Amino acid sequence: MSSFLRLGTLILWLSILSWWILAGRNPGWTKTSVSTMQTDPVTGIDYPVWKKQFVPGIDLLAVGTGCAVVLFGVSFLPFLSRNTKNQQL
Amino acid sequence: MKNTIILLAAASAFAATATAQEITFDLKDPKGVNNIVFKLDAPLESINGTANGITGTIEIDPAEPEEIEGKIVVETKSLTVSNSLMQEHMLGADWLDAANHPEITFEVKEVLNPVKNGNEGTADVKGLFTLKGVSKEITAPAKVTYLPGRLADRTNGKMQGDLLVIRTNFQIKRGDFGIKAGENLDKVSDTIDISLSIAGSAPKS
Repeated sequence: MSSFLRLGTLILWLSILSWWILAGRNPGWTKTSVSTMQTDPVTGIDYPVWKKQFVPGIDLLAVGTGCAVVLFGVSFLPFLSRNTKNQQL
Repeated sequence: MKNTIILLAAASAFAATATAQEITFDLKDPKGVNNIVFKLDAPLESINGTANGITGTIEIDPAEPEEIEGKIVVETKSLTVSNSLMQEHMLGADWLDAANHPEITFEVKEVLNPVKNGNEGTADVKGLFTLKGVSKEITAPAKVTYLPGRLADRTNGKMQGDLLVIRTNFQIKRGDFGIKAGENLDKVSDTIDISLSIAGSAPKS
């Protein structure tokens, strides 16, 4: 049981880390929309165009890492180890 | 008597010409280009946002830009940031209270130090800035560009008329406008950098 939990924790943490890296390693807060600037050809005004896009930020990575640490710690609790030994017997 | 009549006629003709040159520009932009960009420093990353719900009018005589008058109105709930939860907080009662203060306005009172160069001009614009129901007089450096006959280019020839482009950058302190004065300074700076880029149109029939 504890081995499964540790493996699950590792998969969870690696998944969150990979997601954060693949989404552009955003060092700021998680974004739910992003803007790009365009220029109006007549007036020369730069204006933002918003689109819905989820970009995980450092906060999501921190929460994911925190959860992984807690789950990893839980996997060392005696009753989980005992259950594992019982299952093995 | 004849001279008096001629003088009066000349004076009224001059007055008519003078008022005819004042143009009213509508700031409502169907293309959604008019925008305000605001920025607040914060520890992890600066908070950047935009607003595009801009209306109002500007009256100006292109020959005498120092005579500018008008009011710029921004719909509070059009302020947008990149995180929906952050936006909810920003528009909530503790911060901008958009429900009770649906508009942010700037009313032009006076133009100082105007410098005209062809169809462009710069000046320090003094006006009344109102945010969250609090009004403060501020002075902002502005650049104004008059684009005669360019409205047709923006409307694919559907409308004839002129355009006026106004750009300005200035700073305000949120505490001056009752937005969490002296609070959360470790999370969000008191100073807000504001950049405004708007185009007004004056159709001609």
